Amino acid sequence: MAKMNIVSALNMALDFEMAKNDRMIILGEDVGREGGVFRVTDGLQDKYGKDRVIDTPLAESGIVGASVGLSLGGMLPVPEIQFEGFLYPAMDQLFNQVARYRTRSRGGSAVRMVLRVPWGGGIRAPEHHSDSPETYLVHTPGLTVVTPSNPYDAKGLMAAALRHPDPVIFCEPKRIYRAIKEEVPEEDYTVPIGKANVVREGTDVTIVAWAAMVRDALKAAEELDAGGVSAEVIDLRTLSPMDSETVVASVRKTGRLVITHEAPRTLGLGAEIAARVCEEAFTSLLAPVERVTGFDTVMPLFKLENYYLPSTAKIVAGVRKAMEY
Amino acid sequence: MYFDRFDPFKGEKLEVMDKDGKVDEALRPELSDEKIKELYVRMTVMRVADKTALNLQREGRMGTYAPVWGQEAAESCSVALDDGDWLVPSYRETGAMFMRGVPLSLLYRYWMGDERGQRFPEGTRVLPINVVVGGQALHAVGLSWAMKLRGEKSCALACFGDGATSEGDFHEAMNFAGVFKTPTVFFCQNNQFAISVPRSRQTGSKTIAQKAAAYGFKGIQIYGNDLLAVYGAMKEALDRARAGEGPSLIEALTYRFGPHTTADDPTKYRSEEELEKNRPFDPLIRLRAYLEKKGLWSEDEEYSIVDAATKEVEKAVAIAESAPPAPPTDIFDYTYSTPPPYLQRQKEAIANG
Repeated sequence: MAKMNIVSALNMALDFEMAKNDRMIILGEDVGREGGVFRVTDGLQDKYGKDRVIDTPLAESGIVGASVGLSLGGMLPVPEIQFEGFLYPAMDQLFNQVARYRTRSRGGSAVRMVLRVPWGGGIRAPEHHSDSPETYLVHTPGLTVVTPSNPYDAKGLMAAALRHPDPVIFCEPKRIYRAIKEEVPEEDYTVPIGKANVVREGTDVTIVAWAAMVRDALKAAEELDAGGVSAEVIDLRTLSPMDSETVVASVRKTGRLVITHEAPRTLGLGAEIAARVCEEAFTSLLAPVERVTGFDTVMPLFKLENYYLPSTAKIVAGVRKAMEY
Repeated sequence: MYFDRFDPFKGEKLEVMDKDGKVDEALRPELSDEKIKELYVRMTVMRVADKTALNLQREGRMGTYAPVWGQEAAESCSVALDDGDWLVPSYRETGAMFMRGVPLSLLYRYWMGDERGQRFPEGTRVLPINVVVGGQALHAVGLSWAMKLRGEKSCALACFGDGATSEGDFHEAMNFAGVFKTPTVFFCQNNQFAISVPRSRQTGSKTIAQKAAAYGFKGIQIYGNDLLAVYGAMKEALDRARAGEGPSLIEALTYRFGPHTTADDPTKYRSEEELEKNRPFDPLIRLRAYLEKKGLWSEDEEYSIVDAATKEVEKAVAIAESAPPAPPTDIFDYTYSTPPPYLQRQKEAIANG
């Protein structure tokens, strides 16, 4: 087993599926010759040719809209949008077409695609390169939204996404693209879509996180452990359809809930998770639900981004507040 | 031959059969008189079906409907397709879909508010109606691109109106098609109005057809009320696409006799005189004149053609109206391939009233 980062793990999953499925194509801006600005598709054009790893014109709606047609024509398109901030020009195709096709045709023709998008802040990037707009996607019925927090899940979730019967938006946390290296099996495996993962067991508080925030949540749990607080950490992994059962079961056990995400607080997924826990496990709660999130502001440029982003220290503070209630 | 002979930059337009039914034999596409007669009969059904839909809407038996009255020849663009080709419609393609073989009863069900009308018989190469203006042009590009990548000789026909050419997706679709040389035919029905806004407010360029040049392929302006011009230009574009020569743009000049949809009042933006000026250009009038000269049409026969059309349409209405209503749980069944637990609970809640 080789040690690898998320970039290599994703590349491996794409490579494996491309070799197996000759209907699969990758398309987007700079995905071919350049291998993507983060190198996730590196080497694939050399291996599979320019008809299967395709540099497209610079047009996000075009990339997603053409992928709708490619899918309806029997291909499995894997479009890439270069940064989450450039997803907006494609939102019409995504919301009005991709998400609704199965419903519109009453099951006659569903769109299958895995739309890859680098996600989130923390890489000292220009404006529009550090946002976390997952709420828009999760609010749209028909989309499946996943995001890995480590190399093992990245490979397994990508393998599952490429075989999934519904369109999948694959949010890739760019802050940890290369930050975590771990052993990833060479052989084929999948990480199930729609299942959250309890990455650390605990008894006093449940911390829910996803993507790059999982690493911060785990560090916070370590720190809290030293202070005698036992934190359970849940990696949501699939943002939609959301596995609230795993979260509810955990809160029934711990009685406290802290949710952390990079996205702005108002109507961030934390709001939905809190609502579902209140509906299902209100009497188990020993303290109000804490949210450790980005602010309700525009994501600042990088001189200030560390003030904006939640951190290990902020999560620890959030947990302490819940514990002291 | 047509695309090279009629240059939109010079204001040249293809017309094969004029408004009096006179055919320029040098320009005539391969279409027998018998086939023209057959298409005339189908176009008559289309007109009766369209009128019926308007009446049903007035009676509250149908929702908002986008009529094709006056555009029957342009709507017949789909008859040039081969079985393996794809029709990619906008909401004004009831006619094109009908001509392609989508059952009228299903189209009625859709406009009656039942989405099950968009589930076409297996193997029908027609996409569901797209309501977002211009969005479907990209789907046609992707579809035809898939055909090319899979080594199929099939093409996709993207239908849209003059208003759609202002949308960003029109530009992106034309651009992708030009870059990847996809076997796509872009068919624009320029019916002069996008709801109330005239063509002159959609673009500063003299024609829509000339826009093709900017994307590296050919465009042609045709008289869209001339069935033979529609058929001929379509065939040439499809032949070229099949030969690997890439996309084409056809701008079919036509005129909508009815409103944009049943929700619109056209007297607000166009005069009765203008409408009357366009009446003689009706696509069915010229076909009648032509067929009459060939001994293939008479006033007497028209009664039986309209009578048969009316019966066919009445039958479709009866089928559509007698379809059992969808159960309320139908809302849930197509959001995901497998509904997640929370959706399952919502579904059970509606099922239990």
